Amino acid sequence: MGKQQKQRINTFLRYLLLIGLGIIMIYPLCWMVGASFKTNAELFSSASIFPLEPTLDGYRNGYKGYEGMTLLHFMGNTYKFVLPKVIVTVISATITAYGFARFQFVGKKFFFAVLLSTLFLPQVVLNAPQYILFNEIGWLNSYLPIVVPSMLAGDTFFVYMLIQFLRGIPRELEEAAEIDGCNVVQRLWYVIVPMLKPSIVSCALFQFMWASNDFMGPLIYINSVRKYPVSIFLRMSMDTETGFDWNRILAMSLIAMIPSLFVFFLAQDSFVDGISAGGVKG
Amino acid sequence: MEKRKKRFWKRNIGLAFILPWLAGFCIFKLYPFLASLVYSFHDYNMFKTASFIGLKNYQNILQDKLIVKAFIQTFKYAFFTVPLELIFALFIAYILSGKIRGVNLFRTIYYVPSILGGSVSVAVLWKFLFKTEGLVNILLGKLGIPAFNWLGNPDGAFFVIILLKVWQFGSPMVIFLAALKGVSADLYEAAAIDGATRWRQFFKITVPLITPVIFYNFVTQLCHKFQEFNGPFIITQGGPLRSTTLASLLVYNEAFKRYELGLASAIAWLLFLIIMTFTVIAFVSQKYWVYYADEEGR
Repeated sequence: MGKQQKQRINTFLRYLLLIGLGIIMIYPLCWMVGASFKTNAELFSSASIFPLEPTLDGYRNGYKGYEGMTLLHFMGNTYKFVLPKVIVTVISATITAYGFARFQFVGKKFFFAVLLSTLFLPQVVLNAPQYILFNEIGWLNSYLPIVVPSMLAGDTFFVYMLIQFLRGIPRELEEAAEIDGCNVVQRLWYVIVPMLKPSIVSCALFQFMWASNDFMGPLIYINSVRKYPVSIFLRMSMDTETGFDWNRILAMSLIAMIPSLFVFFLAQDSFVDGISAGGVKG
Repeated sequence: MEKRKKRFWKRNIGLAFILPWLAGFCIFKLYPFLASLVYSFHDYNMFKTASFIGLKNYQNILQDKLIVKAFIQTFKYAFFTVPLELIFALFIAYILSGKIRGVNLFRTIYYVPSILGGSVSVAVLWKFLFKTEGLVNILLGKLGIPAFNWLGNPDGAFFVIILLKVWQFGSPMVIFLAALKGVSADLYEAAAIDGATRWRQFFKITVPLITPVIFYNFVTQLCHKFQEFNGPFIITQGGPLRSTTLASLLVYNEAFKRYELGLASAIAWLLFLIIMTFTVIAFVSQKYWVYYADEEGR
């Protein structure tokens, strides 16, 4: 066998693998889209993506929600804490990262070690005392336990990520700004933030995804159905499903994914840059 | 006095920037961390006053077959998912790093499951896929394989939650892909001239050069997998026969269903100690297998 021929077979096999795997990866999601338009009778009788008798019943019933609260009400609940959480995370993480990356101060090494160690601190250890704490200050059944810790840079991963980015940015501009009479806050706002913008955007995107997917937080802290985010509402619907309204559940799940998918496709490159920078420069 | 204070802040202005984080750390991390250690030595039910019982909770854990089982299942879960996910991610990233058309399209397709994977929607989908009359069994039926009750069988259910995680190999893959781009092409050329096959190049050049990234992925994934909660909670509710009751789910059940905060804290602390042990072992082992180009290490 000639060398060229061998190479060609090799290339062919590689594409075959990549395409085959791609289909396996994405097929469940495509099936889900198609299935949400199927009738309940058809749902579990064919593996096809395309419905035989397309119906909007799933969406119609799914939209109705629960006791007069539509699906949009629950999705609104989700973003009522996701959006504030994203904003406060970005602000607090930038400020903390600026402090660590650009200044010397007493105990810096120690504090940085503490910061890194919290990356490995499992949330399960904290859950019970946090619950008691939030109960005592009367924050249960509100979104405060989910948002306030982020306001104080509680999401260490983002602080760490921004520190890594900041290390890659030369200090000359800041020094020039200092000579021009900018104080430390002005330097942060007029020099650092504009340069750090792409990284800040990727932090915001990741926090958006993670906060919308967060399940355990709302599960523990929110106890009235009216305040349920869509994730908890979905699980509740799945549990209380007495009939066989499967297409309704699938349609609701799909609608709930749309904002995340939309944001992902809008800003794919920022995601990839963010995740790579956090890991590679580490 | 005033003057000295002023000088302190002038020299340590950076401290002011990290103060919010420090406050948050003390209130929402350090305090709960220590408090749960204290709880773990108490018989503490949410509706009763706590009483000190020393190591009794820990003794109970070791004698309780169901709790021990949860730890064993958690180990098994981590030891299957972490290597499978990483090997898969590295392998695919390596193929993608060659001359492939449409790299970005493939990357996107493989990455989407990781972005959505943690959501309840995907868990719902997986429950549907693996129902007895679900898509997976329909497809298997076409190959002549009889339907299998995935979620009704302890091993089947365990397999399903592992597969859900391996399906999300996209995020370590993207990290590997970025690292592979950083490996200089000259090295491959030199190796090719010396007659090294692609496989040899992979194991002798690629892998050693990206060990820091392998290490990073390994440690972060290990920490995550030991704490897995969503999959078992939504898809299998810990069953059947508690085969998917992983440690995190057990802590949740003890703390927020049975309100046994003392016992829950003891289980959580045990889990924490296990995770920490593995992390420390990983960090110590670094010097034997992780290669840092700048020779300073960390």
